[in-house]
Amino acid sequence: MPHDTRYAFLPVLHHHGLSLNPLSIETLQVNMGKLCNQACQHCHVDASPYRTEQMDRKTIDQCLKILSENHGIKNLDITGGAPELNPGFDDFVVRAGELGKHIMVRHNLTVTLDGHPGTRVSKRYLPDFFARNRVEVISSLPYYQEYFTDKQRGKGVFQKSIESLKMLNARGYGKEGGPLVLNLVYNPVGAFLPAAQSGLEADFKRQLGRQFGIVFNRLYTITNMPIHRFRDQLEHLGAYDDYMTKLVNAFNPAAAEGVMCRSLASVGYDGKLYDCDFNQMLEMPIENGEPMTVFNFDPDKILKRRILFASHCFGCTAGSGSSCGGTTA
Amino acid sequence: MNYYESKDLGRFAEVGKFAGGLMKKFFDYYNEATATDGSLTKREKALIALAVAHAKQCPYCIDAFTTQCLETGSNPEEMTEAIHVAAAMEAGMTLVHGVQMHNGLERQGG
Repeated sequence: MPHDTRYAFLPVLHHHGLSLNPLSIETLQVNMGKLCNQACQHCHVDASPYRTEQMDRKTIDQCLKILSENHGIKNLDITGGAPELNPGFDDFVVRAGELGKHIMVRHNLTVTLDGHPGTRVSKRYLPDFFARNRVEVISSLPYYQEYFTDKQRGKGVFQKSIESLKMLNARGYGKEGGPLVLNLVYNPVGAFLPAAQSGLEADFKRQLGRQFGIVFNRLYTITNMPIHRFRDQLEHLGAYDDYMTKLVNAFNPAAAEGVMCRSLASVGYDGKLYDCDFNQMLEMPIENGEPMTVFNFDPDKILKRRILFASHCFGCTAGSGSSCGGTTA
Repeated sequence: MNYYESKDLGRFAEVGKFAGGLMKKFFDYYNEATATDGSLTKREKALIALAVAHAKQCPYCIDAFTTQCLETGSNPEEMTEAIHVAAAMEAGMTLVHGVQMHNGLERQGG
């Protein structure tokens, strides 16, 4: 679905005297494919068990080459779909670890128990695999109760997520000051902005600890992006314009300065480069006369690029801001 | 056209058209009282306001504070308990007047 020109982002940046240029490529965020064992209500990727797009071996190898040649890239952030369902996932993590990169995996928790939706191959080895490779695990859990979580992510997801979190805790994940980092991600179940990150993190820690004995490190709050499934839902409810108005009215210049597209490059399953995972899903690639990909990766050109902004960017700049690492202001 | 249109909440400030100074004082007070962390958190204040909104049956306030409760981290169980407090208080305020009825009955020799 194309972006919405009624809610123009650039004039708002200009009004506030902001010019958001790239600052660095600290993180290479790689989307390994759209296959997922879940089909969440708000998924901006439109991922599901029926999707077939997957990053191939050649593209994975090229991502590893980029990581080895660019010492400024400190982090590899692996996402999907459920990236663990890509046949090249394990090898990618191990080899990126050998390069000394900090590896983050956006892990949906339930894939450990559900396994591969097509082949039914088990994924129960994942908690041990993550621990062995010192992977930072980042997992969505929309709420510390079943109702909101299952409403957004599907029936039974909450109980499976709890079981999976316990498996990670048993390997040492989530202990304050420990080497194995487990961060959770909250996003609202509807057309409203997230609560303050620090207060919600305290609520999650208290409730998950009390009810299930679960520990984790940080909670990241993320604003729902008005694209794809969530936009469809908003339009179905007749709430799209109200939601966009809310995001526009909540524009925060300080949050805008910290947007994640200034310090990462996003790689699609086919190797094309984007400013972020949202632009990727809206098919707004980084171009320099021709589409830029991992096969013609040029850090200088990437740092000199003009970031592509559109109406959905108000999702990253509302209130306290929103990024793959939580608030930005 | 209905008596209550949800979009009219966005026009609240227009009530200041003929007495802007008073309206500004009201909004400053309103925002300070309901939308800041004080001895009570914003989250707790939103639950109180949601309960009052139901007791006073203000559709604008119900809309606004349902959102405010969600945006401060409350869940449906907490919000429902809050309106039960309002409902129980209203029932109690009705029933406690039964004492007046008893006083009247006594005066009538009942």
